Amino acid sequence: MAVKKTYVVLSSKGGVGKSTLSSLLAFYAAERGARAGLVDLDFTNPSTHIVLGVDPREVRYVEEKGIFPALVGKLRYVTPAAFTRDSPLPLRGENVSRALFELISILRLDGLDYLFIDTPPGMSDEHMDIVYRLGEVVKPVVVTTPSPLSVSSVRKMISLLRESGLREIFLVENMGGGGLADVFKEPGITYLGYVPFYPGFDNCIGSLENVRRCPLRSFFESIVDKLVSEG
Amino acid sequence: MVHEWSLAEALLRYVASVYGPRIKTLKLRVGVLQSIDKEVLLFSIRELAGLYNVSLGDVVLEDEEAVFKCNRCGYEWSFNPGDLGEEVRESIHFLPEAVFAYTRCPRCGSRDFKVVKGRGLEVAEVVPG
Ligand SMILES: Nc1ncnc2c1ncn2[C@@H]1O[C@H](COP(=O)(O)OP(=O)(O)O)[C@@H](O)[C@H]1O
Ligand SMILES: [Mg+2]
Ligand SMILES: [Zn+2]
Repeated sequence: MAVKKTYVVLSSKGGVGKSTLSSLLAFYAAERGARAGLVDLDFTNPSTHIVLGVDPREVRYVEEKGIFPALVGKLRYVTPAAFTRDSPLPLRGENVSRALFELISILRLDGLDYLFIDTPPGMSDEHMDIVYRLGEVVKPVVVTTPSPLSVSSVRKMISLLRESGLREIFLVENMGGGGLADVFKEPGITYLGYVPFYPGFDNCIGSLENVRRCPLRSFFESIVDKLVSEG
Repeated sequence: MVHEWSLAEALLRYVASVYGPRIKTLKLRVGVLQSIDKEVLLFSIRELAGLYNVSLGDVVLEDEEAVFKCNRCGYEWSFNPGDLGEEVRESIHFLPEAVFAYTRCPRCGSRDFKVVKGRGLEVAEVVPG
């Protein structure tokens, strides 16, 4: 899997904006001409297709010694919802890990500049599997809101990621105003920026038109800029 | 060709490392869950044997039925991916765990079951020489 840069969007908390962030970062990166991909690895609750307004039953992959992602606009896109036709997929942990290996090992992502991976909430074996399986190329993008509940939970996750050998950790503040830049000012953590809380956020998702016209677009794009320039 | 090629590759590496580069007979059990194309698998095995310089005599492929066991009530049943239609069969071919979206225990209706056998590929017998 020869991808230049792989970003795994993680958070120990649910509902902080992992799926929206991974989808929008990937989509905006693709819109500006990069070869960008999005792979949804939240097997039991995939939701990036809802953000992008894609009907998973319409997603078709091309098969040739592996699976090539589908095209959504210019974005190369893979969601397990396409294999389940959006019906519930209750998996025990061991089966989540199996599904993960299966999917990662058959995906053909050769030639991508940027790959964004959405993950389920939490800090479990699956997350470590993703991090280990993808090896050194993977860069964790940790998402948190300014809420103390989220901040303290994310701190624990950051120390676990460090224990597993990841030295460079990116941080995004969602539904905030930039206040976490100082809170996470420490070696090894790169603060990528913030996205404000926007009560009309539903207008930013649900269709590609909504995504393109999202009033918060510049906040996401400046995060993309930062990621690209961080090398 | 998704799995056939990568399965054949893993298999040949394994067999050659354990039994050496001369194999008289290779007998394999192919789980039916993933609807692996046996012709394509056989073709891939022969191609790769050439590439890896493994001399390969007879290759015998036999089906292994898929058996599921309910985690809730203990019931065991046999599963045929062909029963669910082409599109579902193809989904399970790509992602075997998708089967949990399409099947329930026939006795109690639970979706919490395990795949006892019928997933992947198993070496049944190797005769070196
Ligand atoms: N910046 C924001 N402002 C307002 N609502 C947001 C923002 N970002 C995400 N949301 C909303 O928060 C909810 C959770 O987002 P989601 O991406 O599903 O989180 P996660 O994947 O971490 O569980 C969604 O309803 C989403 O629309
Ligand atoms: Mg999510
Ligand atoms: Zn049962």
